[in-house]
Amino acid sequence: MIVLEALAKRFGAVEAVRRVDLTAADGRITGLLGPNGAGKSTTLRMLYGVLRPDRGRSLIDGLDVAREPVAALGRLGALPHNAGIYPQLTARENVRYFGRLSGLGGTDLERRIDELVGLLEIGEFADRRAKGFSHGQRLKVALARTLVHAPQNLVLDEPGNGLDVPATRSFRKLIVRLRDAGHAVLFSSHVMQEVAALCDDIVIISDGRVVAHGTPAELTSTVASGSLEDAFVAALERVTPA
Amino acid sequence: MRALGTVFLKEVVENARDRRTITSALLLGPLGAPLLFTVLMNVTLERERHGFEAPLELAIAGGSEAPNLVAFLKGEGVEVREFGGDANGAARAVRAHERRLVLVIPADYGARLRSGLPASVQLYSDASDTSAAGDRVRAESLIRGFANQIATWRLAARGLAPTLSRPLIVDQVDVSTPAGRAVTLLGMLSYFIVFATLIGGLYVAIDTTAGERERGSLEPLLTLPVARRELVLGKILATCAWMIVSLTLTVTAFAVSLRFLRLEALGMAANFGPHVALATIGVMLPFVLLGASLMTLVASFTRSYREAQSWLTALLLIPTVPIMFAALYQVPARLGLMWIPSLSQHLLISSLLKAESLVPASVLVSAASTLAFGALLAFIAARCYRREQILG
Repeated sequence: MIVLEALAKRFGAVEAVRRVDLTAADGRITGLLGPNGAGKSTTLRMLYGVLRPDRGRSLIDGLDVAREPVAALGRLGALPHNAGIYPQLTARENVRYFGRLSGLGGTDLERRIDELVGLLEIGEFADRRAKGFSHGQRLKVALARTLVHAPQNLVLDEPGNGLDVPATRSFRKLIVRLRDAGHAVLFSSHVMQEVAALCDDIVIISDGRVVAHGTPAELTSTVASGSLEDAFVAALERVTPA
Repeated sequence: MRALGTVFLKEVVENARDRRTITSALLLGPLGAPLLFTVLMNVTLERERHGFEAPLELAIAGGSEAPNLVAFLKGEGVEVREFGGDANGAARAVRAHERRLVLVIPADYGARLRSGLPASVQLYSDASDTSAAGDRVRAESLIRGFANQIATWRLAARGLAPTLSRPLIVDQVDVSTPAGRAVTLLGMLSYFIVFATLIGGLYVAIDTTAGERERGSLEPLLTLPVARRELVLGKILATCAWMIVSLTLTVTAFAVSLRFLRLEALGMAANFGPHVALATIGVMLPFVLLGASLMTLVASFTRSYREAQSWLTALLLIPTVPIMFAALYQVPARLGLMWIPSLSQHLLISSLLKAESLVPASVLVSAASTLAFGALLAFIAARCYRREQILG
């Protein structure tokens, strides 16, 4: 389970995140939805420990990321926005590198890599150098790398960007499988449809603040039309009246 | 420590597949440096030998005024050439590099000489033309020899002992060993070795820092449950490994290529056998850590691969500055200088080349100080990776 408590972060004069509280429960897919520049990436970066919050804290299975980074991050798989892989390593070597750094090794690691190669349909290019991989292939390798240590919690920053239709479908299938296996999945997006199609819980942020949260049903019940898109727009307008 | 080893291995292997690293570590340093050095040395040696062996060519204006002088010079093996112009013509010819030297004998030369007055002759040369310096010295000493001969005859004709005019005689006693004479020429060698060592790790240092960030793989790496100092130290050690490869190959290439330089022809010997080669690598090892830490630290602060490239290329010059000074001013290998990295390595390598035995205290101070600087920079680099600005 991921819990963010009153996170806030400023860069110089810019208040990137004013206050974000959210919970991503086990066995549920939580979507962090917001327009570009709402503070989604900054929030997630504070969660996976590359930014230090000015206020508030991030808890992964109850472990404070700022205080016990190694223990907390060991229970998290993080896929940052536009994450790159190593072009001179093969797909398998890319995954193995992160596996070893996460403390795995030997036959356990090799078995896990084989498992991920099957799960993510990497087999065809598993032993090719990553140089020249397509965007979809790179994302699959990056996902396999994120999952290699079988983390209980998963955070993905705008993972769906730039994927073609088949790649999007297999990505969604994977997320659902992980949810069904009891993992907590938190992902950010600025694409309404993606969030609507996948999420059990939705947190809408705008201007560094949570402006609405709840299940898709709860959110749509707030607007007469019953559409999630209207609920999204209505939530944004509540903070920045047009 | 496990993570450190993982990072180290991955960076060594990944860079082994990178063309830039391979070219710089295996080709540029180890082949380029000895090649450039050998060419430079051969040019120098040719010039020196030319100075000793080739007959001196001297153009003389107004030679008919001084038949005895011309005959004397010819007798000394000088190739005398008639020069048609006057003093102005001589100056022009030398300035235009048509002639290296022109000796002008004025019309009153014979008359002054006969009446016992000092006769003057003018030797035109261009002091900025270093290739003519040897010729000038030789011509001047020959003319002086002729003058001494006349003085001797004059004294003898008056019944005086010729030695009267020579109250003092300076004898030059050269105590340098053949290896010691070679070292002034070989002074550049340590410069090339330091350069090749740094080049070997240059692209690894960039790839593991600025390259990692530019590819977008730094952020995922930092989300792993690993202490960041282990990541940084693994990267620095991988850079060290490639530098050691380059260093070893370069020193080996030097040991081989120096056999093809004809230093013996000048009464010099190149003291660069297997033992000296090994000792040179040993002396350089502490410098490897310093160089790798410095390059990693600087490249970590740059915003892109290209920026890192220009910064590190400029950085290559820093360790060569003290070496340049030492070579220029012939700085002796004093213990008090051994704390300065790169200078101390240069001085120690020079001692090895001169076949002097190394002073243990000097080796110790050099290694300890260089390692301490290297460790300090590695520590600062590790601290930098704890800052969130490292993501750029």
